Amino acid sequence: MAEENVLQELEDALAKGLEDLKSVASEEALLAWRNQYLGKNTAITQAFQSLGKLSAEMRPQVGQAANRVKVALEAALAERSESIKESALAASIASEKLDVTLPGRPMTPGRLHPDTQMLRELYRVFGEMGFQVYRSREVETDEYNFQLLNFPVGHPARDMQDTYFVEAGERGDNPIVMRTHTSPGQVRSMREYAATNPENPPAIRLVLPGMCYRYEQTDARHETQFDQIEGIAVGEGITFSNLKATLSDLARRLFGQNVRTRFRASYFPFTEPSAEFDVECFLCGGKGCAVCGGGWLEIGGCGMVNPNVLRNGGYDPERYSGFAFGLGPQRIAMLRYGINDIRYFWENDLRFLEQF
Amino acid sequence: MKAPLSWIKEFVDIDLPLAELAHLITMAGMEVEEVKIIGLPMPAPGTLDAKVTGLEWDREKIVAASISEVLPHPNADRLTLCKLFDGEREHLVLTGAPNLFEYKGIGPLPKPLIVAYAKEGAQIYDGHAEGLVLTTLKPAKIRGVDSYSMVCSEKELGISEEHEGIMFLADDVKAGTPLVDVLGDAVIEVNLLPSFARCASILGLAREIAAITGKPLKLPKWDVQPPAGKADFCTLEITEPKNNPRFTAGLVHNVKVGPSPEWVQRRLKMYGMRSINNIVDATNYAMIELGEPLHAFDYDKLVKRAAGKPVKIITRAAKAGEKITTLDGIERKLDTFTTLVCDEAGSLSIAGIMGGEETEVSDETTNVLLEGAVWNMINIRKTARAHNLNSEASYRMSRGVHPAMAERGQRRCLEFMRAWAGGEVAPGLADAYPLPANDPVVEVTEQDVKRWLGIDIPVLQMAELLARLEFKVVVSGTSVKATCPDHRLDINEGVVGKADLVEEIARVYGYDNIPEMRMADNLPPQIGNPVLVKEERVRDLLVALGLQEAISYRWSTPEREAKRLSPDAEQDNKPYVKIANPLAYEKGFLRHSVLASVLDVAERNSRIRERLAFFEIGPIFLAGEDPSGLPDELKRLAMVLGGARSASGWQPADTGAMDFYDLKGVVHGLLQGLRLNDVKYEAGEHPSYHPGKCARVMVGDKQIGVMGELHPKVKGNYDFPATFKVPVLAAEFDLDLLIELVPPLYQTVDVPVFPPVIEDLAFILDEELAAEKAEALIRQTGGKLLADVKLFDIFRSEQIGAGKKSLAYKLTYIAPDRTLEAAEVAALRNKIIKRMEYEFKAKLRG
Repeated sequence: MAEENVLQELEDALAKGLEDLKSVASEEALLAWRNQYLGKNTAITQAFQSLGKLSAEMRPQVGQAANRVKVALEAALAERSESIKESALAASIASEKLDVTLPGRPMTPGRLHPDTQMLRELYRVFGEMGFQVYRSREVETDEYNFQLLNFPVGHPARDMQDTYFVEAGERGDNPIVMRTHTSPGQVRSMREYAATNPENPPAIRLVLPGMCYRYEQTDARHETQFDQIEGIAVGEGITFSNLKATLSDLARRLFGQNVRTRFRASYFPFTEPSAEFDVECFLCGGKGCAVCGGGWLEIGGCGMVNPNVLRNGGYDPERYSGFAFGLGPQRIAMLRYGINDIRYFWENDLRFLEQF
Repeated sequence: MKAPLSWIKEFVDIDLPLAELAHLITMAGMEVEEVKIIGLPMPAPGTLDAKVTGLEWDREKIVAASISEVLPHPNADRLTLCKLFDGEREHLVLTGAPNLFEYKGIGPLPKPLIVAYAKEGAQIYDGHAEGLVLTTLKPAKIRGVDSYSMVCSEKELGISEEHEGIMFLADDVKAGTPLVDVLGDAVIEVNLLPSFARCASILGLAREIAAITGKPLKLPKWDVQPPAGKADFCTLEITEPKNNPRFTAGLVHNVKVGPSPEWVQRRLKMYGMRSINNIVDATNYAMIELGEPLHAFDYDKLVKRAAGKPVKIITRAAKAGEKITTLDGIERKLDTFTTLVCDEAGSLSIAGIMGGEETEVSDETTNVLLEGAVWNMINIRKTARAHNLNSEASYRMSRGVHPAMAERGQRRCLEFMRAWAGGEVAPGLADAYPLPANDPVVEVTEQDVKRWLGIDIPVLQMAELLARLEFKVVVSGTSVKATCPDHRLDINEGVVGKADLVEEIARVYGYDNIPEMRMADNLPPQIGNPVLVKEERVRDLLVALGLQEAISYRWSTPEREAKRLSPDAEQDNKPYVKIANPLAYEKGFLRHSVLASVLDVAERNSRIRERLAFFEIGPIFLAGEDPSGLPDELKRLAMVLGGARSASGWQPADTGAMDFYDLKGVVHGLLQGLRLNDVKYEAGEHPSYHPGKCARVMVGDKQIGVMGELHPKVKGNYDFPATFKVPVLAAEFDLDLLIELVPPLYQTVDVPVFPPVIEDLAFILDEELAAEKAEALIRQTGGKLLADVKLFDIFRSEQIGAGKKSLAYKLTYIAPDRTLEAAEVAALRNKIIKRMEYEFKAKLRG
């Protein structure tokens, strides 16, 4: 082989290689091109193999030329490879179009019962005001459910709370009842606190949640088993105006900062003065609608703890005063979420529960 | 109670719009439930916070008119034509009113009849329609005679249900006067709470309105009758003053029993009571006006029963087995706590509740003995309950009537009887008053008001507010000494009396006028509620594990709860806590099992969802040994799983049926989340579960619950749909115990810095060997360097051999302070293999 030919062949391989590379469009074709121009049996490898037979004069020339061609082809290969990858990625992206409107994979999350959710919200709001949760039993004695709360035996106030009795043999004036309200917890908590320091009982600020029972037929608005949360604050300077502030703060937290509240005179044997606590209807802004009627929603009852009840709890009514209030978490949830039937709560139909 | 506005206005001037008046009454504690408009302008929608019903009368179109002659109708016997003057013109008006027939064809009437007249275009109620249907008068031809207007009945004007005839007005009403100016009214219905018993009367309501509006109260004249003298018509004997503190009797001679005046009848109807006759109406009218129930006896019948002896009225307790036939014709067997009004011949009436049939007033009655008495409210309530007898009298007497009202009601009613039935009132009042009322005197100070209400009200203002409610007040320094007026029984002595007065001051002052002030006293000791915190942690964990919380009724039946147990196994023989007065048998027993509740929930939802995963936390009730007699309330956690593992969508998903190990994953996730150490699952048996698929869940040596696949017979007890062929998994835990075992704190370990060495080891073991034991041995042998052991495969085959299984574990070795050397790991591995071979005859699988 003539020495000039070696150089010429290298030049040809370079030109042809670069020319061929233009038409290479896939990874496979690129591999084939690489074998053809940069593989084992190419002009470049031949040039390198021939170096030993060349004259000393030609040897560096050919060596340099072979190197230059090799580097040039490799650079072209790298560049081409990059561009093929780019266009393959672009093609792949272009072809991978999802219908984003198809449904996602169904998850199976657990959920808290709406009543638990409501209670937790109330615990949180009251907790920030310093009220701690105190729970007490659901089956009670007449003494705790009524007598200690200033409902004497045979008193007409008992007509306000139709009662379930529990079979317990002859117990005279102290039958066992299903508690009609969470208020027995007032006396239970006061006695528990007072026992820690009978001479100077500590102040109390508690919420008492729990299930209550009234002997009445159920319908969309009335449940015979229902949930209540009661609050009680006792101290040496608790006033009716504190009660108003506490419940108005609650209303603003639950129903919005601009909601108005009102306190109507009322009667409960265990509070005096007593009041009904109404919130301006947040559904109609107080204009009057099908839910509220005249623009106000009844939320609960409240008042200053009756001196007899303080005394029964171990707190001297001449020294201590307190307020108490009772709310229906279910009622609040019904108003907020437009629940039309209170019986949904304990029926546990998933079609209801899954909405919370 | 219903109160016509016109009647209230007899005792207090009212110049407020109706809506504002209703608002004030409501805010003062007597919730206005309904206002029925009778002719007056309707309040604008939304202004009155109560139900508003009734009819507004157009001033131009509904007027008073005079009828000068009633002519026969040319074509119809049952109709008449009235010659009527409406203030502007005279014309003939067609009517079918039967109470005009007596005037038909008698020529010009000597005295015109004044009637209510509705002109064309007037809106009234259709008198012939069922209920209240509005109609607008339009011209029509009835039997050939033009008719475009109407003489009205009470029903057509919305005054009462009366449609028997047209309504007559007083003779002095001028034709053309808008009817609303004559009869326009509104009936306010208030809901009276037990402490407002004094307001179960028109005067009582008027007194409250006077107090809250600051207007003077105009008391009726109640001392007109009887004439002074000694009552010689009867003697009185009260045997139990506690039950009958006072009894008064008066007598009216020569009454003529007949209808009451029209206005009296109308007021009674507006109140919601039928008019009977002038005597009975007088007792009812006086009762409604003053709140004192009264009873009229036919005096001649009493005289006859006395058989020549003087009439003697005795009040006493009923004797055992005694009976009486009451006014409603029912013979009633009496309890010995019942108080009776009697004479020497026997019982006359059930005191304070209902009169007896024998001595009731009839059309022939000429002499009336009137009872005005007060009775013990607790006793009356008990009696009324026993007989389910809710009369107007028992309503008031069971809430308490002050003894002073007995005399006032008596005197007022005697005057009504005289005025309406034309009798003469006998001189003197028989009055037995063995237990005089003790009207409390309470001292309340500015400091008391400040302490309870948080505001400063000057002592003179306090006194003035109380005086508006007829308290007699004496001011000295910063205190008011107030004597309770003799018409109410709800004020107490001492510190409770102070609270009573502070409430009255606040009510009249207006709750709205008391400002809001946040509590300023020190926070009580912050002890929190650690049990609740842990219970809520349980809820959060179970929700995170994909379960839905349920809350069920606390009641059930033994039959329903028995479904949770296999019929072949031991049954639940613990006695139930029973409701004595359940709404239904199904609500008669307090539950023994929260699991039973959750199974009911699962059953109910099994037709609407393919995946069921529920839990409930709540009490069960067991008859206990507590000396208080109260049952034990024990907190339980129950859960039920069943159906598809994940919900199906349009893509493939693992919708295979959940099995024991799904449940175990949940249970273990919960217990790990609660940081319980030393949790073990031991094969166990329980009447609810499949005997081969049941585990006792242990923490240390304490059993906290049982879990498993429901016994097929138990599953069969529930009405799962036929398509629900898969197992139902369930568990129940003693939550009280579980919470007690939850540690207050737990420790963490550092994140490893050095690389782990991970390798797999598979052992062939006896089928009988519990997997837990193998893992425990591996862990124990691996020691501190073996950070994790994870079972990743269980394999059985002929090659391995019958009764054998292969358990494959992934072992992770980590040292906290260095990269482990291969030799260290190899040494540990060999130790593990050796011990497995030695302890369990395990073979390493190649």
